Amino acid sequence: MAMQAEEIERLIKAALPDAQIEIRDLAGDGDHYSATVISAAFKGKTRVQQHQIVYAALKEQMGGVLHALALQTSAPA
Amino acid sequence: MSDIHEQIRQEVASNDVVLFMKGTPNAPMCGFSGQVVQILDYLGVPYKGVNVLADDEIRQGIKDFSNWPTIPQLYVKGEFVGGCDIIREMFQAGELGSHFTENGIPVRQSA
Repeated sequence: MAMQAEEIERLIKAALPDAQIEIRDLAGDGDHYSATVISAAFKGKTRVQQHQIVYAALKEQMGGVLHALALQTSAPA
Repeated sequence: MSDIHEQIRQEVASNDVVLFMKGTPNAPMCGFSGQVVQILDYLGVPYKGVNVLADDEIRQGIKDFSNWPTIPQLYVKGEFVGGCDIIREMFQAGELGSHFTENGIPVRQSA
């Protein structure tokens, strides 16, 4: 069972409406993606906290259905 | 706190640097775990590797303990620092070396 890029984007957008999201499929298997997420919600947060916000948005998919999501998060410049 | 959490808490409290990983430092079983092993070896930082593949309870327990869904997970002085992405990002930004030295952990290379 894999996950589509659009599904990942939809889940992140639902949690972070202002987010600019760019998703790249690393392996073409629906299991290994990289995602760049820019949102004001990350302002003042550590990297761990920023990634935890994205993982929470993915609602338990992360680590199970979605084996690997290389994350690059930042607040808007 | 469940006993597996207590076991993990003991592990990270009694070792300065702990890497919960798939496989062992000499035989990583996953590319992401292997990347963090390479970074720690490059920096010459002594650390304890915990093979989560050897114990399913730890494999799940560590994810709940840190509220982080994937492996590997690096702990320095009991604090969760990050997974593969964050450790690589900190290393490339030169922040990982200073994070260790600030915590009183000697680093061989300055990075």
